[in-house]
Amino acid sequence: MGDVIGSPLPNPSPEGEGLEQPAVTLDAFLDQSNATAVRLEPDEDARALIPHLGRLELIEIAFPAYRDGRGYSSARILREAGYKGELRAQGDVLVDQLAFMKRCGFDSFAPEAPLNDEVVAASLARYDRVYQPAADGAAPVWKLRHG
Amino acid sequence: MYKYDQYDQAIVDARVEEFRDQVRRRLAGEITEDQFKPLRLMNGLYLQLHAYMLRVAIPYGTLDSRQMRMLAHIARKYDRDYGHFTTRQNIQYNWIKLEECPDLLAKLATVEMHAIQTSGNCIRNISSDQYAGAAADEIADPRPWAELLRQWSTFHPEFSYLPRKFKIAVIAADEARAAMRLHDIGIQLIERDGTLGAAFYVGGGMGRTPMIAPLIKDFVPAEDLLSYSEACLRVYNRHGRRDNIYKARIKILVHELGAEEYARQVEEEFAHVKALNIDPPAAELERIQAFFAPPPFDAADVELDRSDPDFAVWLDQNVKPHKQAGYAIVNISLKPLGGIPGDASSAQIDVMANLAERYSFDELRVTHAQNIVLPHVAKRDLYAVWQALAEAGLAEANLDLISDIIACPGLDYCSLANARSIPVAQKIARRFADPARQRDLGELKLKISGCINACGHHHAGHIGILGVDRKGTENYQLLLGGSGAEDASLGKITGPGFSEDGVVDAIERVTDKYVALRADGERFLDTYRRVGFEPFKEAIYG
Repeated sequence: MGDVIGSPLPNPSPEGEGLEQPAVTLDAFLDQSNATAVRLEPDEDARALIPHLGRLELIEIAFPAYRDGRGYSSARILREAGYKGELRAQGDVLVDQLAFMKRCGFDSFAPEAPLNDEVVAASLARYDRVYQPAADGAAPVWKLRHG
Repeated sequence: MYKYDQYDQAIVDARVEEFRDQVRRRLAGEITEDQFKPLRLMNGLYLQLHAYMLRVAIPYGTLDSRQMRMLAHIARKYDRDYGHFTTRQNIQYNWIKLEECPDLLAKLATVEMHAIQTSGNCIRNISSDQYAGAAADEIADPRPWAELLRQWSTFHPEFSYLPRKFKIAVIAADEARAAMRLHDIGIQLIERDGTLGAAFYVGGGMGRTPMIAPLIKDFVPAEDLLSYSEACLRVYNRHGRRDNIYKARIKILVHELGAEEYARQVEEEFAHVKALNIDPPAAELERIQAFFAPPPFDAADVELDRSDPDFAVWLDQNVKPHKQAGYAIVNISLKPLGGIPGDASSAQIDVMANLAERYSFDELRVTHAQNIVLPHVAKRDLYAVWQALAEAGLAEANLDLISDIIACPGLDYCSLANARSIPVAQKIARRFADPARQRDLGELKLKISGCINACGHHHAGHIGILGVDRKGTENYQLLLGGSGAEDASLGKITGPGFSEDGVVDAIERVTDKYVALRADGERFLDTYRRVGFEPFKEAIYG
């Protein structure tokens, strides 16, 4: 696993400073009552976590291949259900996807291949207008047009 | 015509700069071709057999003379002096240099155009009826709705990595002129109890598994259009197949679940999505609708002088009735005898732009049949328009006739193709060169694809041709009985395929049989449906 990035977002070290609980699989999580971190694979139903959101501190969503966009829906579903904890995109996370991921509610990123900080910053700053509401609270342009 | 405001312009401008940066990183070697590929594909840039191909979006096929002239300029400056209008109502340039692409896109942005989402596994350019705003049979102009969908789908953060590409069409008439049910989502505006809403057809498409989209919701109120679309897409994004690229389109999901079960899942998701308040207020649709207000029609109705026989033939074939008395819809065929279907030179593009500006309230349309429309021409101007078109080689009077062929670029350009399409189209057009014979054969939609991906809509051709590779040689399968219109149907393969010349002969045997069998007033498709497949099969294979 590479570095977790996304300042000013939470920036826990994946190696752990003794603070972060390892994310368990969805099955393991649903079986044990005390885990506070879970890892969701692309084919797993994010809605299975909805009854447990209150005690979760970290949900890590796996992107085994950048083309597999199921994790974007998982992220939005969790945020739409009121999840307030850390939502991490892990895996084949590319710089040009970060803005979309952020809009879907991700607030930390653990890309397998290291990303260039400058390119990340430029990429996240590029679009200051959006056409549609998502999980990031950004006002769509129709709202700006009509107040 | 929709006009960008500061927000629309800022988003397109930001995209140009983003792509400029991506190209810079690629040319500097900071990213590999593998890493660059998904980025350029999101921007309509394909690496083809000989060069980069750039696909420029023409939202719902509508553009003005300023935009059309820019397309001509790009053809002249960045390509080999021509462009190719496509079945997606877009334009493609086949000889683009990567290093020039950012400047090209910057120029497009100055006329409110772009190449955003013209490729990639995302929501593509929204298509619509080429006669929108001009047809007598529409219940509303579908383009404001298409524009709402364009904005909603542009850089949609959740739906930019779908299982596969996603195409949406919006129409508002019973006559389906945009192959609506062969889209991933086909939306037909309808009226119920005096309120406008939309019927949703989901899961149509061509490719190797063609499907006609089933109706999954008979009435979605106008104010729910986007949230219902979002629900349709979310179910697909979560559950569409990703294990096999050939089974990844939504048609396979809908087929495997069954339309009823898919609709149920959408309904469940919709109940959730609706509560998120993602639909814009009615004022936004009204704002967009204001751009599409009817132009100030003021021409008196006139009796047309048909004394020039060539003009009269063109009138009968290429000119369609307009909802406004005194006006007509002009179809400009991009299928001259021996030409390349959909191609136009920069000079021809300029001519069409000038005619639109002078005679059609500054509007043009691109059709999925790869032709151009001047939607609002005063009848008194028709002769002048025809003369100008004829001078530019644009007055071919063959709309919907056998030589008005849809053809994909095929193996002459495309890296996916198995066979050439263009030479076959040219040979067929030459075989049926006699205009009187074509008119006698009547409406006959012939569509050619150079591979199973079906960009040339062969499944939906009254006569379809599919080019395949058979042991290293090009081979052409023949299909009969397809339709992309309101009577949508899929063509049936006749049997063993043919050589390039053989398929032209086979088509002639089919049309001869039709002439022998037809009843009064029957089109080829009507006769085929009445008498069935066998007589034609027998005529072909003997």
